[in-house]
Amino acid sequence: MADKQERLAKWRAQLEKALERFPERKKSFTTSSGIELKTVYTDLDLPPAVDDFPLPGEFPYTRGVQRNMYRGRLWTMRQYAGFATAEESNERYKYLLSQGQTGLSVAFDLPTQIGLDSDHPLADGEVGKVGVAIDSLADMEVLFKDIPLDKVSTSMTINAPAMVLLAMYLVVAEKQGVDWASLKGTIQNDILKEYVARGTYIFPPEPSLKIITDIFAFCAENVPNWNTISISGYHIREAGATAVQEIAYTLANAICYVESAIKAGLNVDDFAPRLSFFFNAHSNFFEEIAKFRAARKLWAEIMRHRFGAQNPKSMLLRFHTQTGGSTLTAQQPDNNIVRVALQALSAVLGGTQSLHTNSRDEALALPSEESVRIALRTQQIIAHETGVADVVDPLGGSYYVESLTAEIEKRVKEELAKIDAMGGAVTAINSGYIQRQIQDSAYQFQMAVETKEQIIVGVNQFTVEEETQPDLLRVDPSVQAAQIRRLQELKSRRDSAKVRQALDAVAAAAREGANLFPPVLDAVRSYATLGEICGVLREVYGEYQAKDLI
Amino acid sequence: MVPIRVLVAKPGLDGHDRGAKVVARALRDAGMEVIYTGLRQSPEQIVRAAIQEDVDMVGLSCLSGAHNSLFPKVVQLLKEAGAEDIQVFGGGVIPESDIPGLLEAGVRAVFTPGTPLEEIVNFVRESVKKGDA
Repeated sequence: MADKQERLAKWRAQLEKALERFPERKKSFTTSSGIELKTVYTDLDLPPAVDDFPLPGEFPYTRGVQRNMYRGRLWTMRQYAGFATAEESNERYKYLLSQGQTGLSVAFDLPTQIGLDSDHPLADGEVGKVGVAIDSLADMEVLFKDIPLDKVSTSMTINAPAMVLLAMYLVVAEKQGVDWASLKGTIQNDILKEYVARGTYIFPPEPSLKIITDIFAFCAENVPNWNTISISGYHIREAGATAVQEIAYTLANAICYVESAIKAGLNVDDFAPRLSFFFNAHSNFFEEIAKFRAARKLWAEIMRHRFGAQNPKSMLLRFHTQTGGSTLTAQQPDNNIVRVALQALSAVLGGTQSLHTNSRDEALALPSEESVRIALRTQQIIAHETGVADVVDPLGGSYYVESLTAEIEKRVKEELAKIDAMGGAVTAINSGYIQRQIQDSAYQFQMAVETKEQIIVGVNQFTVEEETQPDLLRVDPSVQAAQIRRLQELKSRRDSAKVRQALDAVAAAAREGANLFPPVLDAVRSYATLGEICGVLREVYGEYQAKDLI
Repeated sequence: MVPIRVLVAKPGLDGHDRGAKVVARALRDAGMEVIYTGLRQSPEQIVRAAIQEDVDMVGLSCLSGAHNSLFPKVVQLLKEAGAEDIQVFGGGVIPESDIPGLLEAGVRAVFTPGTPLEEIVNFVRESVKKGDA
């Protein structure tokens, strides 16, 4: 050891001398989270945890949640898609499945995500735009037509009205004759990050947490293989957070969900195995890999030590990754294919369970079919041609990656301690602390781009004069009118007395604090609309009013 | 000199407010008075706020694809309210081919991803100066 330190000191002295004549490209080299990097890492930098001979599939799971990882089964290749009407989205899903995609990921339009029917005045111009419009069970039946629900796993990006959409999915399964126990998939159901980063909230935090806990309890008993929440750092990162902040705020939210479920009387090992996570893969390659490794270790320790989980499955941080949307450029969009490939590689080296690769044209519009295919092919090339999936945690033991993993872990713990001291995630959100931290990072990043301290290829350097991009996907403006017509037809043919009764039962359960899931299922079966169900809940719970600071 | 007043607004249901907030902060750092509306504003609410706050310009941000209905509506409602002196500009994920139509509808400028903040700040300064002259 002393010998190594001596050699290193000598080496450094020689380097310093050389630097006097040949200064480096930058004064200091830092990661996106501001971690300052050394010139080189050696075994003197290895954190003590590496001495414990960590192995994949063993606590604290830094090296992976399974013993053999991708040697058994590759990650799930899951492209987020959905637009316009249920028919068109259904076509896209069938196309993606035929191209070798292994899981569905449903994008809903904004009115659906905010619990408004397509004929609501605020929905004007938004129907079918960023995802599919779902007003009732009738639309959901079309969305999954001829897709056997026991054969696919389905991820639904839905939060505030997650219970209603999951109820619709369960009823579609029922009608297909598929047992709920054989259903696999995920609802995002992560309301806290909506308040800080994504914006599709409806109700205030307290009733929202109650709905989430109701879902945990209902699914633990009735839909045992369903991932009841996907606690998301993705949008926090997109809003401007650093890698460290992404993990810190995601885990702070996760801690809050676990606490509320325990407070509601659930046993931690009954629901925790169904918690899943969703992270972002940005461009600082090694920092991202280290981030995923650190997140796994942090969560395993939180679950075991803070919440006393006994079941190892409760300690596993299983996560979906999407490449970084905000890193895509509108300029020279084909460059985005390269960015996405490198980001996807970091997610795979970081041990992701499923992956969405962005399409090259997403800074311009919704992705075209050709762009989506290239994005999917990128994953298939990583999986089948590079060999990176053949060994578990290939960067484990790397002086640099291990040291960075430990540094990220340390910084996340410091941020979590701050939030704990404030009284937890909800208080930190209500006071605007988390939002402010994210905005500051976003602004600093933008300033670094403006001063060219951060180079974005094709944007602030290496620019060219460009032609207008052809072949962008456009949503037909007649979609809105057609969807509204369909909604009106549904309303005229359903049994309105039954609908009224079912909605009253939802309102009563909400007032009494009973589990909302059973009455919501009945309301869905009666073809009550999403807007109607969320409407009665709005009356009972009120709506969240954001505090906006700049 | 009276500072320039700008309303930065998020029309429609889109929740992507990173760009809107960064632009709002840059305008403020450039010495302007900036009011940010927050999410989910209808065109009517935005126009009401613009008039009440007596702003020189309104900046709209939309990344959901609803810009073609929402941006022109704000311009039109300002005109109907007799406040056409308040100029409107916009930004977000907006296809190049939509920009001529938006400009024709009276939107003064559209800024797409990758635009330097300085360009937006200068645009606002120049537009307000011209409007005064």
